[in-house]
Amino acid sequence: MSILIYAESSSEGKFKKVAFELASYAKKVAESMNTTVTAVTVNNADASELSKYGVDKVLKVSNDKLKNFTAKAYADVIKQAAEKENVKLVLLSSTTDSLYMAPLVAVALNASFASNVVGLPVSMSPFQVKRTAFSNKAFAITELETEVKVLSLAKNSYGLVENASTLAQEDFAAALNDGDFSVKVESVEKASGKVTIADADVVVSGGRGLKGPENWGLVEDLAAVLGAATACSKPVSDLGWRPHSEHVGQTGKPVATNLYIAIGISGAIQHIAGINSSKVKVVINSDPEAPFFKVADYGIVGDAFDIVPRLTAKLKEFKANNS
Amino acid sequence: MKILVCISHVPDTTSKINFTSGDAEFDTNGVQFVINPNDEFGLTRAIWFQEQQGATVTVVNVGGPDTEPTLRKALAIGANEAIRVNAAPKDGFFVATQLAEVIKAGNYDLVIAGKESLDYNGGMVPGMLAGILGYNFVNSCTDLKIDGTSAMASREIDGGKEIVSTSLPLIIGGQKGLVEEKDLKIPNMRGIMTARTKALNVLEPVSSEATTKAVKFEKPAPKSAVKLINADNLDELISLLHNEAKVI
Repeated sequence: MSILIYAESSSEGKFKKVAFELASYAKKVAESMNTTVTAVTVNNADASELSKYGVDKVLKVSNDKLKNFTAKAYADVIKQAAEKENVKLVLLSSTTDSLYMAPLVAVALNASFASNVVGLPVSMSPFQVKRTAFSNKAFAITELETEVKVLSLAKNSYGLVENASTLAQEDFAAALNDGDFSVKVESVEKASGKVTIADADVVVSGGRGLKGPENWGLVEDLAAVLGAATACSKPVSDLGWRPHSEHVGQTGKPVATNLYIAIGISGAIQHIAGINSSKVKVVINSDPEAPFFKVADYGIVGDAFDIVPRLTAKLKEFKANNS
Repeated sequence: MKILVCISHVPDTTSKINFTSGDAEFDTNGVQFVINPNDEFGLTRAIWFQEQQGATVTVVNVGGPDTEPTLRKALAIGANEAIRVNAAPKDGFFVATQLAEVIKAGNYDLVIAGKESLDYNGGMVPGMLAGILGYNFVNSCTDLKIDGTSAMASREIDGGKEIVSTSLPLIIGGQKGLVEEKDLKIPNMRGIMTARTKALNVLEPVSSEATTKAVKFEKPAPKSAVKLINADNLDELISLLHNEAKVI
């Protein structure tokens, strides 16, 4: 009856921050259910770090075939682990990979599924969770009506809570079949050494106010000082100034970060919908009437070409004195 | 190649979101409905296959008669025929079980559904279809090429993209990138006229239970006003971010 989490690792075999957030969340839910937390890891040799966040047991899967993420195969691993432990609640994070496999896991376990879950369950019986809906314009209190349940936790919605535990480590050999690998990874293109929007604590985003792709150095320099990922608004991606993968907003990538800095972005409702889960929002825009000022926490009215380089220099100084 | 494009009928992205019946139901009053944007990218790619590779394109929606204008728009854009499963879309699982029946009956080779709808944002229908039918599945798909029964697809991953190979029958969770924004088609007068004569078949739902239920809706708490900082006083911004917001 333990709670099962999938603790996701990066391609370098280190746990992602979302894995620790998920463990923290699972521990709290497990306490209210009087049960334990079991984690599944794939090709991650050293799982000991999970004990910092309250995980009681880890099922370690090592298999060369699982080197690349394959949704069907990974879903099969989670299903078999859930059945082995007689699990009624499976928790996943909201990375692209976890969201890809979540519905497959749910169908395989005859489970109900709720995505974008924010906060602890509203009620344990009946089991109800709060999730975002209507592109962050509302929350839906959603009841899951089956015995087995799968949830995916929205990033940055719970945070990290340390809670030391004694971790039992066990090797787990899931039985995989050829059908699990019927979608085959041919190649992966990933900018190495760059902070991704999904992993970043800070995102610096630019809009049409920056006038052209040649000015993106402004955004990149500020991002570099903050260890931030860079992003852009929809018009910027549609104009081809920046790649699709940087487009954030309702039809782009969602952003749920600690700090979101918008430069030269007016704040169309679709853009705000995509970034509204971010905790603190800063806007720099020359137009005091820009709608972004209505949703931002801090704002500066002025010329980005004047302000951003000065802000970058000052932050560099601040970081040097505070690290 | 027979393609089925699953269409969600959702509030326009600029809609104000309100609730009625004691915050238990979405208030459709004054709301303009559109083809779910993620579905529209998929539909446009499907039409490309129709024009370039001789595919036939069927669109399907699970919903009441009020969703028919959205299906007619898909026909005006170029789909060959439409199906409406006559049932309120109770939850993602319910919708997936209805669509799975349509797919089995129609023997579709390729099924494209948006990776998520912009109303309930469940993000589960394409994956559940793949789970129920045992078909191959690529989610967050940003490019798709079909040659005979082989498929090559790009998938967005965190921080980049991945190229995968697979085969039909195939379920795609679609999004922007399948086609570009500028390639989206606005129905012309001829398309609208032709759409009126195309078949829109209404099917009764199969028996199926929803597994989740939205019992109540809430709106986010109103935000306090923005703190404006003078452009000549950037130290103040840094101090606020460090001491007050504690994010740097």
